[in-house]
Amino acid sequence: MIEFRKDLFADERDDTLNEVGKPTRRQDILGHVTGRSPYFDDHLFDGLLHMRAVRSPHHHARIRRIDTAEAERMPGVVRVLTGKDVPQNLNTLLSLLDFGIDDEPLLSTDKVAYRGEPVACVIAATELQARDAVAKVRVDYEELPAVFDVEEALKPGAPTVNPVYPKNAFVYHGRYDHQKLRFGDVDAALAQADHVVEGRYQMSPIEQAPMETCGAIAAPEQNDRYVCYTSTQALFFSLGTAAKMLKMGSNRLHFIGGTVGGGFGGKVDSLHEPMAILGASLTGRPCKFAWDREEEMQVGAPRGAERWYLTDGVMNDGRIVARKFTGYFDSGAYTRLSSYAIIKGVGHLPGPYTIPNVHADVYCVFTNRTPATAMRGFGITGVDFAIEAHMDKVAEVVGMNPIDLRILNAYRDGDMKAHRRLAKNTALIECCQVAAQKAGWSIAPSSQAAASMKDGGGARAALPAHTVTDQKGLVEGFDSGSYAKKAGASAPPSPSSAQPNRPTPTPTPGQAAPAPAQARPAPQTAASSPDQPRNKPNRFSSLSGFRRR
Amino acid sequence: MGKTPVTLTLNKAERAGFTDPGENLLNFLRRGLGDLSPKYGCGQGTCGACTVLIDGEPQLSCLVLAETVSGKTVNTTGGLADGAQLHALQTAFMDGFAAQCGYCTPGMLMAAKALLDRNPRPSRDEIAEAISGNLCRCTGYAPIIDAILAATGQQVQG
Amino acid sequence: MAFTIETYATTAEAARAMGADARFLAGGTLVMRDVNAGDQSFTRIIRSTDPALTAIRGTGDGISVGACVTLHQIVANPDLAFLAPVARQVGGPQVRNMGTVGGNLFAPHPYGDFTVALLAIGAKVTTAQGQKPVDDFLRDRDRSGLVTEILIPRPRDPGSFGWHKVSRTKPKGASVMSIAAYLPREGGRIRNVRIAFGAMGGHPLRATGAERALEGQSLDASTIARAAAVTLEGLSPPTDPLASEWYRREVAAVHLTRLLTRMERS
Repeated sequence: MIEFRKDLFADERDDTLNEVGKPTRRQDILGHVTGRSPYFDDHLFDGLLHMRAVRSPHHHARIRRIDTAEAERMPGVVRVLTGKDVPQNLNTLLSLLDFGIDDEPLLSTDKVAYRGEPVACVIAATELQARDAVAKVRVDYEELPAVFDVEEALKPGAPTVNPVYPKNAFVYHGRYDHQKLRFGDVDAALAQADHVVEGRYQMSPIEQAPMETCGAIAAPEQNDRYVCYTSTQALFFSLGTAAKMLKMGSNRLHFIGGTVGGGFGGKVDSLHEPMAILGASLTGRPCKFAWDREEEMQVGAPRGAERWYLTDGVMNDGRIVARKFTGYFDSGAYTRLSSYAIIKGVGHLPGPYTIPNVHADVYCVFTNRTPATAMRGFGITGVDFAIEAHMDKVAEVVGMNPIDLRILNAYRDGDMKAHRRLAKNTALIECCQVAAQKAGWSIAPSSQAAASMKDGGGARAALPAHTVTDQKGLVEGFDSGSYAKKAGASAPPSPSSAQPNRPTPTPTPGQAAPAPAQARPAPQTAASSPDQPRNKPNRFSSLSGFRRR
Repeated sequence: MGKTPVTLTLNKAERAGFTDPGENLLNFLRRGLGDLSPKYGCGQGTCGACTVLIDGEPQLSCLVLAETVSGKTVNTTGGLADGAQLHALQTAFMDGFAAQCGYCTPGMLMAAKALLDRNPRPSRDEIAEAISGNLCRCTGYAPIIDAILAATGQQVQG
Repeated sequence: MAFTIETYATTAEAARAMGADARFLAGGTLVMRDVNAGDQSFTRIIRSTDPALTAIRGTGDGISVGACVTLHQIVANPDLAFLAPVARQVGGPQVRNMGTVGGNLFAPHPYGDFTVALLAIGAKVTTAQGQKPVDDFLRDRDRSGLVTEILIPRPRDPGSFGWHKVSRTKPKGASVMSIAAYLPREGGRIRNVRIAFGAMGGHPLRATGAERALEGQSLDASTIARAAAVTLEGLSPPTDPLASEWYRREVAAVHLTRLLTRMERS
């Protein structure tokens, strides 16, 4: 049963909603209950061919030789693809947004960096025939030492997982081996805090496990075009990726999707479409490339593992005056979307709290594990777990009710966030109050009286007088003018490369100033109102910052 | 590789086709006979998306050797409606928002139909048991159980 | 594989047709799974339409169950009521409509819950080579040939058989472990105790230490504690995605205690 708390933020709503709170039928549900909703595999083609990938049994190995001769002679086999058949056999999804360097082949030719990495693909008349032929492809591997732990991977001498990033860390802004957040002077504030609370938090990878496995069917269409039915969650990512890897004008690709049997992020960066279209273009026949369940679980990109170290400086009254993060995202063998998840995550730090000194170093680390990707709130969910577990630890150290601690430190409308934007439309305090009430958890009168719309802004809206910056983790050999390019590398032309470089969000070094930002005026005593009206949310672009809507 | 003829009654119609040795019923129904309503989710008996009724019993079509259904009666979600008249389960799923991505729905409907065919007024626990072989990943078990209860004309709590 | 399907009218013919390149198709939940996955280890699929394979009949002190009797048939048979709670916890309804008692004998870890019960009750397995106890059968099941029937002794007191399955999801989930205990009593003393664990080794195994601790004793809290202390003897729990070896070792005694305590009280 949904409860609508219309007493909260009542003046921000005109309550003329026609649908919310009333039962309604989904627009697509008649198809669902009659079995007629057209998922990618629900399209019949005469003479459909089936594709199955040959996958690495090793976590890390050099490929000496791939012998497809016996497989090609197997019954029903039409063709066996290897990396040389892929027109542009290196890609990274966000290159479509000019972010990151191509680092992942469609079919690997030189080495494999995770178990299940595809090295060849059989096209046969039936799925079982394709499977039988896969068993006959001979791959001669030379096993290499593998690294599975993010911190091990960053140590000197660790095996290089991804040759594009020899030190196993994604390069941010062409300059650093990690994404930085600098706001105030955390070390000085920690030195002056009554308590320093440290914590280490870790999340394992999580497979999205959609009911429908990833897949695509491609077929030659009229006018030298290809139609492609796909399970993708991101039709235009998939279209752009296919056009790029196949060196084919996107106007020759007719993508049909939108009916997806569950995705949860795992179908954002799929590579089935280029494979299926490649099969269709080389055989002239309809081709289906779909994962079975084992592949979905083994090579389907999960929510990546994360490890976080948190250090808080806390005063006896519970005010958090400093928060320091060191974070490691396990990207697996290739970049996919982890680099972006970190940009998103760092913009979220230090969580929904107003803390005057914040510092974060967050690394996107390559390991010999399955490449990671998006999943429900990715970039945020893991660190939120760390932050909230840490808040409870802080509450214990200072002997405070954990909900009171959160309300005391919660951001209010008008407060300056660590990424230098004013907080708007905040509601953490009201959420805490309702949660406490529902749980029968008593909170202090000052917490009862607190409100997101009260006591924010003013001095709390100010930027720190001084922010400490550093050059730690500076890297050479990458073009610092863009987000991450190899210096001198010939990137495929993209519309954005012709435009001036966007400003990097790295703070400019400030003039020396002696003191850290002091604890913000306690919310109970501050009286100024938010200096911007609510109801005008900003649109956030992870790459170019905020824009007013 | 010889093909084997299979004749069966699919959703009240006499149907025939040829199957490859080793082909499962799910593939045969979908690609051989064109009934796309049962879905592939795992191919190993874990998810229930391919559930069909064979002689009235819910079974996993991905684990049935196609040629073994010769002479049998198979019912799928594709034949659940009576012409344009939807089955009570279908209407209840629509009204109760008992599907999100919809991929588990055909299997859920078959598992539910098998239950209602032998037990027209099941309890909530009996419904949970009857659909325990069917996974849903969009977190829809509660609305699905509610919808099955509603389809039997029983009061849905909460 | 390019499979050939061979269907025989009698079990004798089917048994003769078996070989290293063949698998017998009963309910399909194991064999078709391997077919779908492109298993390269067999090319022939053997079937039989012999009605004996699906028959359940009383044999005086026991019940003969054809190897192709489904778990659903076990649940529905009043003569096998003491095994219904076991069969009801194997898979979901679809799997129980398909999966067979004979097939369950071959189910790889962590499956095969029904066989755990068969091991505890002291069932015998009939193959072309004759009859042998489930214990012996399991040690060599990969080379057993065709199983035709399972002979299940009828416990004099149904209350002397107990079942406990531990899974992460309910009502259907693969076993973290399963335990079947058969505690026949004579004059208040336990005689010929058999305790079997599932998912605590490559195939169902007997808890020899716990059996020794219980044999000849009366079932009470102190006996249960002594049995629990040696639960792991005879078991070799693996690590898999459901649970680690460490976890299985830690909780095995807890679950055995729960089962035995429940049996003591009933």
